[in-house]
Amino acid sequence: MSDKYSDRGRVVKTIFIIVGVLFIGRLAMLQLFDPEYRDLARRQSLRNVTQYPARGFIYDRHGELLVHNEAVYDLMVIPRMVKDLDTAYFCRSLGIDLEDFEQRMQKARKYSPYSASIFMKQISKQEYAKFENKMFRFKGFYISQRTLRIYDRPIAAQVLGYVGEVDQGDLDRDPYYKRGDYIGKSGLEKSYEEVLRGVKGQRLMHVDVHNREIGPYANGMYDTLPVEGWNLHTTIDADLQQYAEELMANKRGCVVALEPSTGEVLAMVSAPCYDPNLLVGRIRGENYKKLNADIAKPMLNRALMGQYPPGSIFKVAQSMVALDLGVITPGSGFACDKSLVGCHNHPSATCVREAIKMSCNPYFYQVYRRVIQQGKYKNIYKDSQYGLTVWREYMLRFGFGQKLPIDLPMSGVQKGNIPDTAYYNRWYGKERWAFSTIYSNSIGQGEVTVVPIQMANLAAIVANHGWYITPHMVRFYGPDSLRNEEYTVRHETGVKREYFDIAADGMYDVVHVAGGTARRARVDGLDVCGKTGTAENYGNDHSVFICFAPKNDPKIAMAVYVENAQGGGGTWAAPIAGLLVEKYLNGEVKRKDVEKMYREVEPCQKLPLTRRVKKKKK
Amino acid sequence: MYQEKLKIDWWTVALWGFLVVFGWLNIYAATYNGEHAGVFDLATFHGKQMLWIAGAALIAVVVMFTEPRVFSNTAYIIYGVVLALLVVTLFIAVTSHGGKSWIDLGFFRLQPSEFAKFATALALAKYMSAIDVKWSDMHTKVVSAFIVLVPMALVFLQHDTGSALVFLAFVLPLFREGLSGAVLVIGLAAIALFVLALLVNKYILIGVLVLLAAGYLFVWLNKRSSRDWWRTLAVLVCCAAFVFSVDFVFNHVLEAHQSERINVLLGKSEDLQGAGYNVHQSKIAIGSGGFFGKGFLKGTVTKADFVPEQHTDFIFCTVGEEWGWFGSSILVAAYVWLLVRLVNMAERQRSRFARFYGYSVASILFIHLFVNVGMVLGLVPVIGIPLPFFSYGGSSLIAFTILLFIFIRQDASKNQLL
Repeated sequence: MSDKYSDRGRVVKTIFIIVGVLFIGRLAMLQLFDPEYRDLARRQSLRNVTQYPARGFIYDRHGELLVHNEAVYDLMVIPRMVKDLDTAYFCRSLGIDLEDFEQRMQKARKYSPYSASIFMKQISKQEYAKFENKMFRFKGFYISQRTLRIYDRPIAAQVLGYVGEVDQGDLDRDPYYKRGDYIGKSGLEKSYEEVLRGVKGQRLMHVDVHNREIGPYANGMYDTLPVEGWNLHTTIDADLQQYAEELMANKRGCVVALEPSTGEVLAMVSAPCYDPNLLVGRIRGENYKKLNADIAKPMLNRALMGQYPPGSIFKVAQSMVALDLGVITPGSGFACDKSLVGCHNHPSATCVREAIKMSCNPYFYQVYRRVIQQGKYKNIYKDSQYGLTVWREYMLRFGFGQKLPIDLPMSGVQKGNIPDTAYYNRWYGKERWAFSTIYSNSIGQGEVTVVPIQMANLAAIVANHGWYITPHMVRFYGPDSLRNEEYTVRHETGVKREYFDIAADGMYDVVHVAGGTARRARVDGLDVCGKTGTAENYGNDHSVFICFAPKNDPKIAMAVYVENAQGGGGTWAAPIAGLLVEKYLNGEVKRKDVEKMYREVEPCQKLPLTRRVKKKKK
Repeated sequence: MYQEKLKIDWWTVALWGFLVVFGWLNIYAATYNGEHAGVFDLATFHGKQMLWIAGAALIAVVVMFTEPRVFSNTAYIIYGVVLALLVVTLFIAVTSHGGKSWIDLGFFRLQPSEFAKFATALALAKYMSAIDVKWSDMHTKVVSAFIVLVPMALVFLQHDTGSALVFLAFVLPLFREGLSGAVLVIGLAAIALFVLALLVNKYILIGVLVLLAAGYLFVWLNKRSSRDWWRTLAVLVCCAAFVFSVDFVFNHVLEAHQSERINVLLGKSEDLQGAGYNVHQSKIAIGSGGFFGKGFLKGTVTKADFVPEQHTDFIFCTVGEEWGWFGSSILVAAYVWLLVRLVNMAERQRSRFARFYGYSVASILFIHLFVNVGMVLGLVPVIGIPLPFFSYGGSSLIAFTILLFIFIRQDASKNQLL
């Protein structure tokens, strides 16, 4: 049947064919000529699925587990997949309110309605268990597992450090890290990051739009397995560390205990301490803010980052230098002339051993004068310059005036100050200063400052009679028990061995002989050698004590520093050290009354720390 | 009753079979995840589609055994029933995908708008085939417009803009019966002006139109009557008014998501996580197919649910990804072949009813093809309508099958009539 419009069929057919050709042409454009979409497809449907290795554990020196891992759960959401959600029920299960829910959803939606984002971070195993069996009712939500650090004993927070999410700096520095990875932020977690972290594995997976894995790509040909992090075996004695932290409670200051023969750190306490579990998981952000804002600076590791005047403990080093230089003899005696420098009441010392026992200030004034002004030059200024340079070289060999390269993060670690000629030239002008200008150094005051670990190291040097091994925190690590070669090298002071006998005898007397300044450090049955110090300072004096024991076969060397204690080294630091020595060598403390007293009291004067910092800059 | 052997157009039936089977394979691939590999699992889309295909085939057989005159005789009744269904749908519909076009029957979600297409085709064909109806009468134009616009408006009220637009398909059979070709030209010109008005400065656009008008008057025409002047001026004013109304329509008449989809298409907005996500992902899926595709069940983009709605409106992505340019071109060619064949078949009908109905079938399928594949390829804004015989969906498959087989039935016994 045809009519006058029958040729219009051709027009219609032409339209159909044109559209068909147009589509085929467009398909050719997309599929054959434009590589852009092919690349995009590869990138988004094949994804590198990172497999996180378990972070290595950290043990104490006896193999006790200090740090391990615990699984936590991130609740993920894909906003577009959320369907038929009973919001009120959901909120109740999670323990959040409706407003919070809306905020979190908004955030997730803003990130992307089609991709997964974290709805709630780090839900503990216990919390997760509560709603695990309800998960099927929450369409669009799923769980992703992570691990967190966990500390069974809340000790050594500043030493162990903490783990946190990588920041931009980490990402820029090391391409190993990807956004969202965890990294050691401080302490051993940071310095042994590469040992502890292991190696991430990678699986090239077909994933769907929700990051759900559908299957391996090319049967896993390009995949790598994660390598678990290595374990650290530290030098810390957990019992000693815990006991030291208990004794330092309510105080500001620090304790460093070393094994003299190996340089291993047995305990490193910086008070106030905090529970390392505070910086784990969801509570970390808030706790970090609080700790960081605390005026007593609990996050500061004072043992490495504090700089203090050493006070009288410095006299031990001074006498060794003077004896080795030959400017005094073991039998040299000097009158206790209080017109030179103040002193407490005691008979004049007739030999070095006595001087150490009584900690006579005028005696060491004389000793230091002989070191600084040796009479090599007629010009008193030139002579002092020479003397100071010689003295400084000795002090550097004692580990002072330099960062001791411990295996903890070195940023923030202090050098202490052993002034050189340039230092005084800058202050007073060239040849404008002499012994009389700098005599305060003789008794560990003035321009000299030291770091607590250097004080402990001084005790170790005396215990070893002239050498030290750089203090360190890790004995060995990894499956092959690797050791750091650097920490087997003996550093010699160059001072003759026999002179250290005198120092050790003097220090023995300090604790054991009538007239010694640290009778309170005495432990029955142990011969503890120690030296007190009372560092003058703004506010109350700092109380300082170094010691080692036993005298003939030293197993422990220690420095205790109590900031702004009301009393000298003998009053506070020495008894604490005594208790620690007893604990370490005897395994338990019998003097419960002493223990109780020092555990509970609070000697710290509430003094803003900023003032001390200001003084240093002046 | 006098019975002549039916002359079934087996090529058309074969094309239908090809599309349905190929469509099912792609639905299987799109929702395949290794776990539910069972072909007849009714919990899966491919399992259900299998059921719909069986149902559609059964209905096709029923249609083939029905006297063709039953359809022309009951055309208005069917039309009336579907209109009533559409009205009812407005009140009891289940909301899904932002539209209210489904009636929940428990075992099946019925989408009456799918059936409105063949019902309208029947009614309009019936009306146009009446002895006393001539297209040149104003009365005819008004009534036929009415027959199309009523269901169109009802579907529109269901917020199913895509399905409503399908009713524009009736312009083509009407064109075949005498509707002025100017309608097609004006339609194309309006789309072109709409797009240009969104893309370029409106004053520049009108300036160009004025220049064109001047060129027409002074260069094209040798002699100018005053009628030419008035006509040109009138067209120009209409165009200017249209151009200035575009912003209003775009911002106030269209819904926000529709404007956004147009912006995405024109490249004015690139919201790859939002409005532009589907098309972007679908282009990625198709583009990654290459010449021969990745192979059946080997698609990575579509398999990973990157393309939402990929078993329904975006099913073409799966074809593009797994069967490549080769397979997609064959699919497009098969559709065009079917369309051209339907036009040829319509032209050989001896009744005006069958011819008009044949054109309607071809045109409805064409609009679906054009909008669906155009959308997936990023040539047409995102409008959610299915690919005939191919996309997942019971209502659409059954409705399209009825639509097509009524015509095959008419064609099979064309010599019986009269």
